[in-house]
Amino acid sequence: MRAIVCIKQVPDTTEVKIDPDRGTLIRDGVPSIVNPFDTYAIEEALRVREKFGGQVTVITMGPSQATSALKEAIAMGADEAILLNDREFAGADTWATAYTLSKAIKKIGEFDLIFCGRQAIDGDTGQTGPGIATQLQINQLTYVCRLANLDLDKKTIEVERLVEEGREVVKSALPCLVTVVKDINQPRYPTILGIRRAQKALITVWTARDLDVDSKLIGLNGSPTRVVKISTPPPRAGQCELIKGESAEQQADFLAEKLLAEKIIV
Amino acid sequence: MALLEINRAACTGCGACLQVCPFGALSLDSENIVEVGEACTGCGACVPECPVGALSLPQVEKKEQISTAGYSGVWVWVEQYNHQAGSISWEMMGEGRKLADKRGTTLAACVLGYEAEAIARQAIAYGADKVFLVDDPTLEVYRTDPYARILVELVKKYKPEIFLLGASTRGRDLAGAVATYIYTGLTADCTGLEIEEGSNLLLQIRPAFGGNIMATIKCPEYRPQMATVRHHVFEMPLSDESRPGQIIREPAVLSEDQIASKILDLIVEKNEVNLADAKIIVSGGRGLKGPEGFTILHELADVLGGAVGASRAAVDAGWISYAHQVGQTGRTVRPDLYIACGISGAIQHQAGMRTSKIIVAINKDPEAPIFQIADYGLVGDLFTVVPALTRALKRRLNKA
Ligand SMILES: Cc1cc2nc3c(=O)[nH]c(=O)nc-3n(C[C@H](O)[C@H](O)[C@H](O)COP(=O)(O)OP(=O)(O)OC[C@H]3O[C@@H](n4cnc5c(N)ncnc54)[C@H](O)[C@@H]3O)c2cc1C
Ligand SMILES: Nc1ncnc2c1ncn2[C@@H]1O[C@H](COP(=O)(O)O)[C@@H](O)[C@H]1O
Repeated sequence: MRAIVCIKQVPDTTEVKIDPDRGTLIRDGVPSIVNPFDTYAIEEALRVREKFGGQVTVITMGPSQATSALKEAIAMGADEAILLNDREFAGADTWATAYTLSKAIKKIGEFDLIFCGRQAIDGDTGQTGPGIATQLQINQLTYVCRLANLDLDKKTIEVERLVEEGREVVKSALPCLVTVVKDINQPRYPTILGIRRAQKALITVWTARDLDVDSKLIGLNGSPTRVVKISTPPPRAGQCELIKGESAEQQADFLAEKLLAEKIIV
Repeated sequence: MALLEINRAACTGCGACLQVCPFGALSLDSENIVEVGEACTGCGACVPECPVGALSLPQVEKKEQISTAGYSGVWVWVEQYNHQAGSISWEMMGEGRKLADKRGTTLAACVLGYEAEAIARQAIAYGADKVFLVDDPTLEVYRTDPYARILVELVKKYKPEIFLLGASTRGRDLAGAVATYIYTGLTADCTGLEIEEGSNLLLQIRPAFGGNIMATIKCPEYRPQMATVRHHVFEMPLSDESRPGQIIREPAVLSEDQIASKILDLIVEKNEVNLADAKIIVSGGRGLKGPEGFTILHELADVLGGAVGASRAAVDAGWISYAHQVGQTGRTVRPDLYIACGISGAIQHQAGMRTSKIIVAINKDPEAPIFQIADYGLVGDLFTVVPALTRALKRRLNKA
C-alpha cells in the first residue's frame, strides 16, 4: 500500500492579531504550524499503513522553511518526505498548486490513496484536493469523517462523508483522493524516537526542472486568479445593548421582552 | 521566492508594508530598505500600502490568450437533495440576477437531478431566464464525476461569463473539479460579489486567515469567472411563479457503469439538526462545563423551535458532536437569532456566526470578545440565566 499525504505549512491564525488603530494585521512572531486538518490526514495514512503495511509519503509545495512541517510528519511516523521548492512555483493559486502537486505525485509513481486536509486554514478554500484528483483523473472523496472499509485486492474503499444532512456512506474505486475532517481520528504526538529520526531524515527536494511541468502553468504565471486587495473585515453595525437587572431572573425577563418587542422572536 | 519587486531608490524604509504582509515575508535590510523573504507568495497585499509606490509585482508573461470575448451570461448551479433545492441556490439566484442585470445579460440555472423538472420551474420563479436541465437516474444523488462532467460540457458549449456555486460540501467538491477541468480561476467561499466599473470583471470578496482579513480576487484572463458563495450571506429573493423562462434539456455525459462511486446510505444522527437552515440557534461553549450543560440549551432551543450549536472547545471536550460545531472549522451559519452561551467569541468562532442577523451573548465575563459583536449582551451566570430565559419565554409564548 502506498499513501501520499499533501500537507501545507500555514501561519497559526489564532495568533494573528489586528492592530485596532491602523486596521492592519500584526504578524510579528506568528508561528508557522502544520495545517491542523493535515495532521488528521497524516494520522489516517499512518493508520492505514499500520493495518496493511506499505509506505506513507508526505509532500508539500512551499518555501524551504516548510521543511519543518515535513519533519513533523516524519516524527509522527511518515516514511519519506518531499519538498517542492522553486521560485517558479511562487504565487500559485489553487489551480497551479494542484497542477504542480499532481505532477510530483505522477513522478512518485504508483499509489493507492492520496490524503489531504479538508482545507488549509490560511486560504480556507478546500479546492486543492479536488484539483489534484481532477488533474490525476482519479475519484475524490471529500469531507471524510470515517474510513469504514479498505480492500486493496478488490481496489475499493468505503467511507462516511460529513454532508449537511448527516453522514453519507460512499463506496469508490481505488486509487482515490480523500480529504479529511477532524472527526476522523485523533492525531498522535511524535515520539522521542520519531523526533530523532526526523532530525536525521533527508528531505528530497524537487524543483520545477525535476518535474514534467509546463512553465506557463506553474506559480503566479499559471494562476488564473489574482488577489487585488486585502482589507480588514467590516465591523458589525450597531452597538451591544447590555441587559441589566436586579437578578438573573429579571435580566432574563427583560431580554425575553426585548426579543419579542423587537419581533426577533415571533 | 521573492516575487515582489522593490524600487530601492524610492523606498524610504517607512515599514508600512511590513505590517500588512500576511506571511511576515518583509523586513528592512541594513540600509533600511525593504527586503523580501522566501515566504512571499506574491499576494500583493503590500503593494497599495506603500506611500511612495516602491513595490510592484512582476508583469505576468502573456499566455496564449484564450479569448474571453465569446463568453456571456451568469450561471448558478442549483443544488438539490431528495428532490429539494437548497436555499443557498436561491440566494445565489437573487445575487446572480443583480449581476446579470448589471452586465446586461441573462441569468441561467443548471439543474442536475432525477425527476427534477419541478426544481427547474422553481429556478425560473426565483429569477432564472433559462434553465439547463439534465434529468437522469444517475444524477439522483450528487456524485462528483457525473455532475462535474456535465457542467464541463455545458460550459464548453454555452460559454458563461460568470458561474456561481454554493460553498456547501457538495458545491465545493464540484466547483474544484469543474474549474480544474476547464482551467479557469475559482474563488472559494465568497461573501461579496461586485462588477468592477470599467473592466466589467467580477470582484470576488472573501474572508481569509480565519476571518482576520478580507481579500478581493479577480480572474482577468480566464472564463468563466467561478466562485463558490457562502450560505446565508445574500438575501433570499422572492419567488414569482408567473415569471417566464425557458427550459433547455441536455443529456447526461456518463452512464452508470462509467461512474466509479456509489452512494450506499445516509446516516442521520438522532436529534440531528441542519444548522445551515436553522432560523434560531442556541449555542454553547466551554462555559457549559460539561455535557449536562447542553440540556438547558436544548430546553431553550425547544421553546424557540431552534437548533443547538457549539464552540470548538465544547466539541473538542466531547460534550457534543462535531456536526454541531460553528466556526471556521465547523459550519457557517446565519440565523435570524444566535444566542451564544458561555462562548468567549474567539475569531475562529466569529468566522462562522458573525453574519447572524441578531446576536445575543450570555457570558459571566463582561470583557469577553463576544460582546463586541453582540446586539444584546447579558452579563451573568448562564446556569441561572438560561433556565430563567426559557421560563420567561415559555410564559410569554403561552407554552407554559
Ligand atoms: C485552526 C483553528 C480553528 C478553529 N476553529 C474553530 C471553530 O470552528 N469554532 C470555534 O468555536 N472555535 C474554533 N477554534 C477555537 C477558538 O480559537 C476558541 O478556542 C474556541 O472558540 C473557544 O471556545 P469557547 O468560547 O467555548 O471557550 P472559552 O474561550 O474557554 O470561553 C468560555 C466562556 O464561557 C464563559 N463562562 C464560563 N462559565 C460561565 C458561566 N457559568 N456563565 C456564563 N459564562 C460562563 C467564560 O467567561 C468564557 O468567556 C479554532 C482554533 C484554531 C486554532
Ligand atoms: N502547497 C501545498 N502543498 C501540499 N499540499 C497542499 C498545499 N496547499 C494545499 N494542500 C493540500 O490541500 C488541502 C486543502 O488546501 P486549500 O485548498 O488551500 O484549502 C490542504 O489541507 C493540504 O492537504
